[in-house]
Amino acid sequence: MSAFLTLLFRNRLAAMGAVVIGAILLLVLITPLLPLQDPDVTATADRFKRPFTDGSVLGTDHLGRDLLSRLLYGTRLSLTVGVAAALIAATIGSAIGIIAGYFGGRTDNIIMRIVDMLMAFPYILLALAIVAALGPGLMNALIAVAAVNVPFFARNIRGITVGLANREFIDAARLAGMGHTRIILTELLPNVLPVIVIAMSTTVGWMILETAGLSFLGLGSQPPQADLGSMLGEARSAMISHPHTSIVPGIMIFLIVMSINLLGDGVRDALDPRLRSGALSRPRATTLVDRKDDIPAATDDLLAIQDLQTQFHVGKRNYRAVGGVSLAVKPGECLGVIGESGSGKSVTALSVMGLVASPPGVITGGAVRFQGQDLIGAPYETLRQKRGDRVAYIFQDPLSTLHPLYRVGQQLAEAIQSHHKISNAKARSRAIQLLKDVRIPNAQSRVDNYPHEMSGGMRQRVGIAMALANEPDVIIADEPTTALDVTVQAQILSLLDDLRRDRGLAIIFITHDFGVVAQLCDRVAVMYAGQIVEEGPTQAVLDAPAHPYTKRLIACVPELGGGRRALAAIPGLPPVVDDLPPGCAFAPRCDKAQESCRNGDVPLQGPAPRAVRCLFPEEAL
Amino acid sequence: MGGYIVKRLISAVPVLLGITVIVFLIMSMIPGDPATAILGSYATPENVERLNRDLGLDKPVVQRYFIWLGNMLTGDFGRSFSLNRPVIDEVLERFNATLILAGTSFVLCSILGILAGVISAARQYGFADKAITFVVLIGISAPSFFLGMMMILLFAVNLRWFPVSGMYAIYGGGDLPDLIRHLIMPALALAAVATGVIARLSRSAMLEVLRQDYIRTARAKGVPERRVIMGHALRVAMVSIIPVLGIQAGFVLSGAVYIEIVFQWPGVGRMLVDAILTRDLLLVQGGVVFVAACYVLFNIAVDVAQSLLDPRIKT
Repeated sequence: MSAFLTLLFRNRLAAMGAVVIGAILLLVLITPLLPLQDPDVTATADRFKRPFTDGSVLGTDHLGRDLLSRLLYGTRLSLTVGVAAALIAATIGSAIGIIAGYFGGRTDNIIMRIVDMLMAFPYILLALAIVAALGPGLMNALIAVAAVNVPFFARNIRGITVGLANREFIDAARLAGMGHTRIILTELLPNVLPVIVIAMSTTVGWMILETAGLSFLGLGSQPPQADLGSMLGEARSAMISHPHTSIVPGIMIFLIVMSINLLGDGVRDALDPRLRSGALSRPRATTLVDRKDDIPAATDDLLAIQDLQTQFHVGKRNYRAVGGVSLAVKPGECLGVIGESGSGKSVTALSVMGLVASPPGVITGGAVRFQGQDLIGAPYETLRQKRGDRVAYIFQDPLSTLHPLYRVGQQLAEAIQSHHKISNAKARSRAIQLLKDVRIPNAQSRVDNYPHEMSGGMRQRVGIAMALANEPDVIIADEPTTALDVTVQAQILSLLDDLRRDRGLAIIFITHDFGVVAQLCDRVAVMYAGQIVEEGPTQAVLDAPAHPYTKRLIACVPELGGGRRALAAIPGLPPVVDDLPPGCAFAPRCDKAQESCRNGDVPLQGPAPRAVRCLFPEEAL
Repeated sequence: MGGYIVKRLISAVPVLLGITVIVFLIMSMIPGDPATAILGSYATPENVERLNRDLGLDKPVVQRYFIWLGNMLTGDFGRSFSLNRPVIDEVLERFNATLILAGTSFVLCSILGILAGVISAARQYGFADKAITFVVLIGISAPSFFLGMMMILLFAVNLRWFPVSGMYAIYGGGDLPDLIRHLIMPALALAAVATGVIARLSRSAMLEVLRQDYIRTARAKGVPERRVIMGHALRVAMVSIIPVLGIQAGFVLSGAVYIEIVFQWPGVGRMLVDAILTRDLLLVQGGVVFVAACYVLFNIAVDVAQSLLDPRIKT
């Protein structure tokens, strides 16, 4: 509760709303004690006195009544009526909702049908019909507003109750022989009450406004008694000549509604855990770049990642997801990048084309060069023209990475048409050809499928086809087979291998599976805690891993026919990368670690093409 | 698709019947003798008797309901005593004016709201986002009737940009430009709250969509950002925005009552308020049933639009 309040008041707007509504409530409570004139005493000689003239702070209305006094008493009345309506609506609505949800079956069905019908009315029609039948008057307006809001509470509370009614503690109460009334009052109600209170706090402002509205129409409070709505309604005829009589009550209604809205928003945000974590963000088209150090010089590689550093800035914490990674590929080459979840391999891959979600992602150093041109810090349009055209991606989990509402043919055609001006018909026939290339049967009809109409393996092929659409020079495949079963995985891998050999494509293949690396990659780089700890030709690394981490990682792979060998899991977890200790990041989990491992950074070194980041390698390179 | 529309229309029949039952029940809450309540305490006995016969008040409740329902199905909503003309004629004429006002407002709030929400989301925490959030907060907190009055004061009285009230100029008006000049202020005042609500919802719907993996896919294949936002992201966000548009249409229709009073717009809302104040209950009853029925049909159209947009909905 106190955590909730802290969160609520950290939200400055919500705090402001609380202060304003608190001040208004206080004023209204002490109104009878204030030295005010009687709000209903008329003095026609003093009519339409302007605000801040002597004797009346806010001036007088068309009958010479003191506006300040009428305003405070009117606010008092409006708030009372609004809150009363909210209480009545909440009580009756919740009772109906609880009964429907608790008893279920036919009772529930009939009640909810009626509720749905009431909700089919635009609310004011129902309110007007009730006022028409009962006759104008504040009490009748209150009844109308309460009645109109009953269905809202009934539906919300019923939803909560249905969830609770089948829980064990209700069953237990039933078995203990408790009657329905007692179960509802002692077991159900305490659990539903917080929801009722929240629903009330979000609707009370609304109900104050609705009663004011009915009074404004002349259907609520009747003269001489005045609430804010009828004050505004009466002032309307003199609005043009004496606007202050309208503005005074109008601003009060506005302040009340706004402060309640602000407070309500604050309550909702504080209760919604997603907003709390700041996870709801990723709107930018490219990753933010904030490079402080010098940019490394160009090389002659096709694609070179040079000393790349990518961080996530969440609140005051900086997570160094990638801490100085250098990788390069040549045409026709396949480079494997391997590591556990959270080792920074995916972030490295996404940084290449500025696809790291941002905020919170920021590229803080290094360069990514495609044919010598630095892509980080390149203008958006330069980057966009390379995306998918020269450097394409294949992502994991094709169900979430394909657009759910576009046909796969459209998505393929779009990939082409974003870079080449060709007709829709041509793009479509090219899309069909691409589907054939990735061996999708019935490409002619499949092209019109939506992603949800395809199997997982088929969707992954669509993802690959999309990456191939513009015959790129580099494909970055981020765990493209992880979500698939083994036979499909093998097919996809051989497909990628063929493409590389046929088209001279360079592939960066990201995975956590050494088996896949062995099958496909010429070279491999092992990542741990945002850094490369070992790299070299695949076979050499597999045969003689030099870094203790690599060795343990290879030992984790179960071998077919290897018998019931105990798998050597690596004890401990990868470190959290916001506060890395100096020295080797793997030291805490390494059984060969010594004091010198924890003093200062360990360089990545060794005779090319192999290198290892370890003071005491398993094998001398 | 045709089958789906028919299915939805059939499912509307019980709702429409339910609406007539509810209105009928509310109207039978009238305390005392309804004929006297309708005609006022100075009514002559002959008039009271005639009304009792017209309404079938001498018959049992259930029978009365079916007589009323049967009459309505043949287009007979009774006769308004204060206007001395058939209720249905008056309602149709007034509803036309309301439709012009509320329809314009609805189009305005949908376009402005979605646009503001999209811009806000695409520039999250930027200047545009903060400015829009602030304006939206003001918009949803200002009661439409107060906002309307202030607009009259500023734009009609002080700046003289627009006419103060009414639907057409009394002399020499009546054409489309005249209507538009009269329509702009009330339509904007009516749209304000709904625009705010829609903008807020669109913003959060867009933010939710923008963090999805398929948006990253679109960017990764080099789709221009404008198309990523207005195509890929908005298309999905619309799936959750459209139902809210349907709900907001109800609020716009409700708000029209206030705006029609403030701007002297000759719509069905003002007719209802006048009818309540003159106790012309047949007019109230007919107006409420007619407008509610139109709203139900409108919501079916919203459902159909929804199913057109999202192929995952089974039609």
